[in-house]
Amino acid sequence: MKKLSLLSVLVAAFSLSFSPAGFADGHCEELHLGSAISLTGKYATNGIHAKNGYEFAIQKIDENGGVKIGDKCYNFKVTYYDDESKGDRGATLAERLINQDKVQYMLGPYSSGLTKAIAPVTEKYRIPMVEAEGASRSLFNKGYKYLFAVLSTSEQYLASAVTLAAEMAEKNGKSPSSVKVAIAVENDPFSLDIRAGVSEDAAKYGMNIIIDEKLPRDLSDMSAILTKVKLLKPDLLIVSGHSKGAATAVRQIGEQNIKVPMIALTHCEAADVTGKFGDAANDILCSTQWAETLSYEDPIFGTAANYEQEFKAAFPEYKNKSVPYQTAQASAAVYVFKDAFERAGTLDKEAVRDALTKTDMMTFYGGIRFAPEGNNIAKPMVLRQIQDGKYNVVAPSAFASHQLNWPRN
Amino acid sequence: MDQILSNIGLLFQFPIVNLKIIIDGIMIGALFALAAYGLALVWGVMNVKNLAQGDFVIAGGYVAWWLTQQGFPPLLGVPAAFVIMAGIGWVAYKLVITRVIERDLFTSLLATFGMAIMMAQIMNLLFGSDTQSVDLGYDTLYLADGLIDIPIAKLIGVGMATVLAAGVILFMKNSRMGQAIRATAQDARAARVLGIDTEKVYAFTFSLNAAICGAAGAIIVMVWVIQPFYGITHSVRAFVIVTAAGLGNLPGVIAAGLGIGALEQYGGHIFGIGYQQAIAVMLLLLVLLIRLLQQLRHRQVLK
Repeated sequence: MKKLSLLSVLVAAFSLSFSPAGFADGHCEELHLGSAISLTGKYATNGIHAKNGYEFAIQKIDENGGVKIGDKCYNFKVTYYDDESKGDRGATLAERLINQDKVQYMLGPYSSGLTKAIAPVTEKYRIPMVEAEGASRSLFNKGYKYLFAVLSTSEQYLASAVTLAAEMAEKNGKSPSSVKVAIAVENDPFSLDIRAGVSEDAAKYGMNIIIDEKLPRDLSDMSAILTKVKLLKPDLLIVSGHSKGAATAVRQIGEQNIKVPMIALTHCEAADVTGKFGDAANDILCSTQWAETLSYEDPIFGTAANYEQEFKAAFPEYKNKSVPYQTAQASAAVYVFKDAFERAGTLDKEAVRDALTKTDMMTFYGGIRFAPEGNNIAKPMVLRQIQDGKYNVVAPSAFASHQLNWPRN
Repeated sequence: MDQILSNIGLLFQFPIVNLKIIIDGIMIGALFALAAYGLALVWGVMNVKNLAQGDFVIAGGYVAWWLTQQGFPPLLGVPAAFVIMAGIGWVAYKLVITRVIERDLFTSLLATFGMAIMMAQIMNLLFGSDTQSVDLGYDTLYLADGLIDIPIAKLIGVGMATVLAAGVILFMKNSRMGQAIRATAQDARAARVLGIDTEKVYAFTFSLNAAICGAAGAIIVMVWVIQPFYGITHSVRAFVIVTAAGLGNLPGVIAAGLGIGALEQYGGHIFGIGYQQAIAVMLLLLVLLIRLLQQLRHRQVLK
């Protein structure tokens, strides 16, 4: 596939160079980016999703006239190295990209851990890095100045469920502060980020957190918590503990017949809760960074649905599944670079960094505007509700495709 | 602290919850008891403390899960895991255990610990690190305004555990092999003198243990979830139960299993389920302390 397009570009270039008039337009120079990304190891699946996202965006930008800087045009070209899903390897490869390959701009790796390993290197050499796959809050409190992330940070994953619960309370003539929240999260950095986000937002509404428990790493039974849920009747139940948390929660919520008006989880897809537990998963809310049914739109990729369609045409191996959000956000990261280069009007990396800080754009992936810390504050997390075994977007309500089923029963 | 007090308050405010916790605990404890019984068997007969006990449980779970994925009925997983794990246990015995039986305690601990790590990694490579479970699709019985829930799948699981335990007990009592195992446990040298092939007895005992664990795992995958690295928690519980009950004390093992199941549930309710495991380990410490004091009073040495 890639070879073919390269060939056609070559053929096109040749034919153009032989025709006397066609030389000036249509031929763009190369603009080098670098990325250390997981092509093998435990993150390989998602690393390859991200790489495909990068490549697809580069191709689309190429088709749309490339990156216009001043009166010249450029096409992105990325040098990839395989970090083997290991942090130390990622940092070494970042050094190599910068020192040996003289890369001036970086695209991020996959996962918060790898981003955390690479960010100090890019920071040291003042190399702007736009990353799409590291959500941990700890990436954005280190004062990094060259790190930009297009995705929502992990504390936002379920915070929108709190907003939604407040909306529902108001709709039913009750004050949001009457909402009782139950939280059960695993004792690891990612899940604790989620807990922090939920409790902050709950505090803003004056909600009462009546259950606040930690799940063990080797969770297989949470009936003790669910019994408390039965007794104390919260209005919102938040569970996050990777795929085991989602699987255990859905299984036992079904078994114990837990009736909470709103239940929100992470990792529903990874745990395949609809496939494994069927009806027990109905009306549960699951967070995601992006969904193809959202009504976001931009001039390069078109709508989210359009992105999905064209991506599948370009990468036929995705034909029978939905395009993962990891791919969409990777494409968005490349788009952000294009936008910043064009606004900077130069290849100077400091100017590009400054342009990145002023990014304010709408994309098929959602709005993108960076906080001073580098995280994207314009895109809310998306909540999908499992309705009859399908994931339907219900929040943010302005871009949702379906109505929220509330209360859950 | 406030949370702990209010959790204890709930137990008094809704007394029926105590009943639920005890029922849950007993159902879970029955499965703990199975793996613990296997451990006691191996420990008693060949003096090997098998740290891979929990990984045999998880492996059995994966056997059952895999069969279900291939379209076999889920309940078939339990006998199938019993048979397949017996085979794997026999291989493990011939490859590893037979070489460490005569060695000291640490050699066998290290060898079985290594086996535990190997098994967990192999399962991770074969089946991936996602949690898996088998949904039988049965209903749940609700008592006391729905506060007590008894999934029928769990009842079936407990029933199968009981049948298996009874079968093993009868086998040990009445069969020729069972007698040979007991004789070897009492005095291996004397058994050898009397014509018992102790090597065969050892191999049989170890694969019987693996089979029991495998069946327990196949039940666990029907009522909970499994993951390649969950073995250690089952190993820890089996050790706690056997230490508490003592070797060769089958009713003790069952009682301790049920008791620990119930206490863990209480601990989970009062301190939060993050501490559920800690309860089991605290109990182990307590039991050891009491044992030590008892031994002191009898002026005996702890062996």
